[in-house]
Amino acid sequence: MKTADQTVDEILNLAAAHFKVPKEKLSPDDDFFKTLAIDSLQTLDLLTKLENHFHVELPDYELQGVSDFRTLAEKIQARL
Amino acid sequence: MLDLQKYSCLGAALRDALDRFSGETCLIEAERDREKTRLTYSDFKEISLPLARALEDADFDAGDRAAILMTNQSKWLISAYAIFYSGGVLIPLDYKLTAAEQLQLLEHSKAKVLVVEYHLWRAITQSPEFHNIKTKLVLVTEAPLGADLAGGFRWEDFKRKGAPDFVMRLREDVACIVYSSGTGGRPKGCVLTHENYLEQCRALTAWYPFWPGVRYLSILPTNHAIDFMVGFIGPFVCGACVVHLRTLRPEFVRDAFVRYRITYVSLVPMIVKNLERGLRAKFDELPPWKRAILNRMIALNKMLTRSRPRVKVSRTLLPQVHRAFGGELQALITGGAFIEPSTMQFFYDLGIPVANGYGLTEAGTALTLNDLKPFRADTVGKPLPGVELRVLSPNDEGIGEIAARSKTVMSHYLEDAELTLETIVDGWLLTGDLGRFDKSGHLQLFGRKKNMIVTEGGKNIYPEDIETVFDGLPVKEYCVFAANYVWPQKEMGQEMLVMALRLEQNQRFDSALLQEIVDRNRRLPDFKRVGGYLIWERDFPRTASMKIKRQALGEEIGKAVERGVVVGL
Repeated sequence: MKTADQTVDEILNLAAAHFKVPKEKLSPDDDFFKTLAIDSLQTLDLLTKLENHFHVELPDYELQGVSDFRTLAEKIQARL
Repeated sequence: MLDLQKYSCLGAALRDALDRFSGETCLIEAERDREKTRLTYSDFKEISLPLARALEDADFDAGDRAAILMTNQSKWLISAYAIFYSGGVLIPLDYKLTAAEQLQLLEHSKAKVLVVEYHLWRAITQSPEFHNIKTKLVLVTEAPLGADLAGGFRWEDFKRKGAPDFVMRLREDVACIVYSSGTGGRPKGCVLTHENYLEQCRALTAWYPFWPGVRYLSILPTNHAIDFMVGFIGPFVCGACVVHLRTLRPEFVRDAFVRYRITYVSLVPMIVKNLERGLRAKFDELPPWKRAILNRMIALNKMLTRSRPRVKVSRTLLPQVHRAFGGELQALITGGAFIEPSTMQFFYDLGIPVANGYGLTEAGTALTLNDLKPFRADTVGKPLPGVELRVLSPNDEGIGEIAARSKTVMSHYLEDAELTLETIVDGWLLTGDLGRFDKSGHLQLFGRKKNMIVTEGGKNIYPEDIETVFDGLPVKEYCVFAANYVWPQKEMGQEMLVMALRLEQNQRFDSALLQEIVDRNRRLPDFKRVGGYLIWERDFPRTASMKIKRQALGEEIGKAVERGVVVGL
């Protein structure tokens, strides 16, 4: 079982690779809309990548109101 | 043209359709790539009438109000029909609002019944304001077995045997109360009658008809005026099929076009732009010789569709592109927000007509629509049949505020006579939008007179509605504006919210204050956030009752400083 810190770290790695930004520029409490300069549809793309990586299925509504990596990690962690 | 004259209410028009098209498929619901539900009109009737009967047995009477708070799915439409069948008034609520905001609108609307999805209901019951809820009957869909429903009932079990009484309503009776904004400040509940909807349906289907066999992909929220009309009422009264997809993930949306051979889809500009981005990326990956052929085919298609769309010709010239959209797409309907003309032209040149228009909740669904004769990406089309538009006090360039008169214009704002009087003057709806007509009668928009923005996702955001999140901010005073209200633009893009801050005497704008603003801003959903701030050196003008004179302050700021002083948040 992954720890919450591991999950958030893996999310940051994936987001950095997917959106081609240096990982050092990302931190768990970042607003990913702003840090990655993405819209909600691009966030859905990221979510698909995360689902494939963690082997979970997150309904769209789980993401409603979520805008930072740490909360996103918590949502994923709850389904691991 | 669709004959709706014989009906006095939506319930009667829908009831007739369920019988007339009984064997046709009316609803398909898919969870990602898994189809969950497929209903004929006959199945739909069989499921909805026991719900109507149970509502009636629970003392839900003619004129009583019932709110629906759900994502797009079959139970939304089934519940809406049951409500209309029983003579009720429907209140479609936005599932993207916060639980506190939803509770506020439930309170304001005095809804007697709430139909709600389990995950949304759970959020509402956990809200501190939940104890104030006055809604008498709550029906919760898709609740897990044994879940605590906090006094609600399982939607799936809420049914009674025996035929319900059909409750006929008159054209002037209220059909829906639709909130166009006002969660943080002054709720703007647009009261729309059966006449409004029946006339809107007649006008829209005259230009963009539905028929049995049409498949409409419902992506815009059904609580939104556009999807309610073209993803429910329009297709149903014509015997067409609505496809609900329980996700907006681009890969499943793309798959649904092909799987269900979609005929029409309504999309907000953000999604259309995303599709454009995807297509352009695919085109860029083509080897040069293939790209050259594609470019020549696009050029040929442009030439052949200059005066009107020729969808069959376009499908022959550009088969790969059309196959990616299922091969039967007639038009992309866009609305809810400004869309770049270049994006529309991109799709039109590929042979996919874009039906863009202009409307507002207060006027039903749409006031104008592109009739594609010819396609004009630089306008929002012509007034729909039955719609009269005027440009008030035009300037030298013919630009002024657009006013509308039509049978589709709402009756009034719920419990706000003052705002109604300001908005509907001598039978004309003052839209607050600026525009002019060109020589061929197409409407062109040139910005807004009103202090609000519309996001690319089609959300209307009024500054007053989001200011409460900044209550208690440690500054002397603050006020939020739409940037284009302060610095008027002759276009509809580049919309953002800007906060004007007046600091206390000797106060410095330091990192702690900035962090406070950032933190509070993040409590808002992403589409409602303030985009930047500016420091204002003078006290805000106020009324005798100490309310900020927004218009005066906005004008003062706009005259004194350039938009460039705004610092991004």
